[in-house]
Amino acid sequence: MVKEQTRSGRYGKFGGQYVPETLMTALIELEKAYDLAIENPEFLAEVAYYLKDFVGRETPLYFAERLTKHAGGAKIYLKREDLNHTGAHKINNTVGQALLAVRMGKKKIVAETGAGQHGVATATVCALFGLECTIFMGKEDIRRQELNVFRMELLGATVKSVDKGAGTLKDAVNEALRYWVTNVEDTHYILGSALGPHPFPEIVRDFQRVIGDETKAQILEKEGRLPDAVVACVGGGSNSIGMFYPFVEDENVKLFGVEAAGSGIATGLHSAAVAGGKEGVLHGAYMYVLQDEDGLIQEAHSISAGLDYPAIGPEHCHLHESGRAAYTSITDEGALEALQLLSQTEGIIPALESSHAVQYAVELAADMSKEEIIVVCLSGRGDKDVETVKAALGGDKS
Amino acid sequence: MTKKQITEAIQACNRRGDKAFVPYIMAGDGGIEKLRETILFLQKIGVTAIELGIPFSDPVADGPIIQEAGERALAKGVTLRLVVETVASFKDEVKVPIILMTYLNPIIQYGIEEFADDCRNSGISGLIIPDLPYEEVDLVRDALTNADIALIPLVSLTSPPERIEKITAAGEGFIYAVTVNGITGVRDGFEGQLEEHLQKLKAVSSVPVLAGFGISTTEQVELIGSFADGVIVGSAIVTALHDGDLKTVEKLVNASKNKIPTI
Ligand SMILES: Cc1ncc(COP(=O)(O)O)c(C=O)c1O
Repeated sequence: MVKEQTRSGRYGKFGGQYVPETLMTALIELEKAYDLAIENPEFLAEVAYYLKDFVGRETPLYFAERLTKHAGGAKIYLKREDLNHTGAHKINNTVGQALLAVRMGKKKIVAETGAGQHGVATATVCALFGLECTIFMGKEDIRRQELNVFRMELLGATVKSVDKGAGTLKDAVNEALRYWVTNVEDTHYILGSALGPHPFPEIVRDFQRVIGDETKAQILEKEGRLPDAVVACVGGGSNSIGMFYPFVEDENVKLFGVEAAGSGIATGLHSAAVAGGKEGVLHGAYMYVLQDEDGLIQEAHSISAGLDYPAIGPEHCHLHESGRAAYTSITDEGALEALQLLSQTEGIIPALESSHAVQYAVELAADMSKEEIIVVCLSGRGDKDVETVKAALGGDKS
Repeated sequence: MTKKQITEAIQACNRRGDKAFVPYIMAGDGGIEKLRETILFLQKIGVTAIELGIPFSDPVADGPIIQEAGERALAKGVTLRLVVETVASFKDEVKVPIILMTYLNPIIQYGIEEFADDCRNSGISGLIIPDLPYEEVDLVRDALTNADIALIPLVSLTSPPERIEKITAAGEGFIYAVTVNGITGVRDGFEGQLEEHLQKLKAVSSVPVLAGFGISTTEQVELIGSFADGVIVGSAIVTALHDGDLKTVEKLVNASKNKIPTI
C-alpha cells in the first residue's frame, strides 16, 4: 500500500518519520549531528573507549559444550552480551547515544523502558556523563521489575510510572514521546530499540552492530569460518539487528529472529508482530504492528517485559519481506524451559528475553549436523527475572 | 462541502469582524448517538468549523484530557468508520465545515482511497493528521486531492523558516499553528515569541492561520486570537461538553466575536 521509497530512513517500504511536526526539527537536527559524528574518528574513538573500559567489551563468544551435547546437533556458541556492564546489550546503544547527546549540547535525557534494562543502561550513562535522566516505565512493568526501578533511582534517575493502557512498553514509549515533544529544546530521547522514526532505527543498529562485528571476527578465529545460523530474540529488534547486520551480505549465514509467542500465537496473547501483525504505523515508523481491523493498536503479551512490544523494527520488517531473515516464535513455556536448561547445563542464567533465542537454537541445532555452527545472541543475564521465574514455576526450582 | 469552503468560512467570519473559532470535540465521547446533537449545538452558537477528533489507542500528540475522552469513546466502540458513517447520516443538517482529526494508522487500515471517498460522501471537507509531517504527505496526497479534501498542515514553534515556507505553500484550508512545544491540554502561559511567530506565519501563508494547543480560557481566546485569524480550542471544550457545561462553551465561542474593527 505504501509506495517503495528510496529516501534515507526507508527499509524497502518500512520505516519513515510519522511524528508530530514539533518533533521534525529535532529529528532533522539529530540526523545531521549523527551523520557527522558517525564519520568522525574522534567520536568513534570515544565510543570505543567507553565500550572497552566502562562496558567491558569485547564480550566473549563462548562455546556452550554441554548445551550442544544436550541439543544433539549443531555446535552452539553464545555471544555473551549478558557480561556487559549492567547485564545486557542495551548499554552499547546508550553509551553511543549519550555521547551523541553531549556532542549536541543536550543536558537532559528521556527514555522509555520495558524490562528496565534499557532504563538502567540509560540511567547509568547519564550518571557517567552528568546528564539529567527521566525514565518512563509502564505500571505493570514496574511491578514485574521492581529491582530495576530501584537500580535506576540509585543511579540518580527519575522513574515515572505510566498507567495508561496495559502499562507496558508501548505505553511507556507514548509517554516518553509526549515528554520529548514538550521538552524538545534541551532534551535528547534515547530510544532503546531499533524502532521509532528515522534516524533512530539506524542509530540504534549502528551502535549495536558491535555485537555482530565482534562475533564475526571471533568465530573466524575459533572455527576458521562463518556460522551456518545466527539466532537472536526480537522485541523491538536491537540486539538482533546488531547481531544480523554484519552478516546480511553473507548469504550462507541463515538469520533467525525469535519473537515472543506468549501463551501461544493462536490464543492472541503474544508479542509476535511478524506472525500476528499487519502493516501499519506506530511510534513514528511503518512496520508490522499488532492491531485490530480499525487500526487500533493491540496489547502485546509475553512473560518477558523486554519482548512485550506490539511491533517489530522497520529494518527487520524489510529483512522478513525480502526473505533474508526468518522470524519464528517461542512461547513463555519454551522460554522458561530454556532458562532452566542453560542455567543447569552451562551455569548461565539468561534473561527471559534471551531464553527465547536459546530455546529456538536448541530446537534448530537438533535438526542440524554436528559439523554445523549456530551463534546465539545471549542478550542479557537473568538476575532481573528470577522472581518472575520463581512465580511462574510455582516456587519450586523444578 | 468542498475544501475551498473551509477557507471561505474563515474569511467570511473575519470580514464580519470576528475571529474564527474552531472547537475540537472527541467523536463518540458520551456515545456516538450524541454526535449529531453536539454538532448542531456548536453550529447554532456560531462556530466557524468543527474539528472532529477520532479516538485512537495511542494518541501521542494529546494530553490527558483528550486522552481520557478518547478512552471513553473507545470503550463505547467508536471507530473511524463509525464516525464517518454517522456524520453521513445527518450531513444535510450540517452547514459548517467538518474537519476530521485522526492519527494515521486507522486511515491506513481503512484504505486511503476508500476513506477519502467516504469522507467526501459524508460532507467532511478537511483532514488533520497529527503524525503525518510534510515529509510523508505523499502517502495521502493524491487520494485527498481527488476527493477534494483539504489536508490541513500543522506548523510548530520549532519549525524553521525554510520548512514553514514549504509547509504553508502546500497548505490547504488553513494553517494549524501549534502554539506550544508540546501536546494538547490546558496551559497557563505561552512563549513570548508567539505573536511574532504567528505574524510571520500569516505573512507567508496564502490561507488563514488558526492557532491551537493549550488555548483554554476566554482571555486566551482573545489574546491568541488577536495574533491570528482564529483559534482552535480543544481540551477546554472537551471538558465542558463532558460536564454538560454548555454555558462555558458559549462563552469561549463568544470571546472570538467582534474582535476585528470592520470598515
Ligand atoms: C536482555 C534483553 N534482551 C532483549 C531485549 C529485547 O529488545 P531488543 O529486541 O531491542 O533487543 C531486551 C529489552 O529490554 C532485554 O532486556
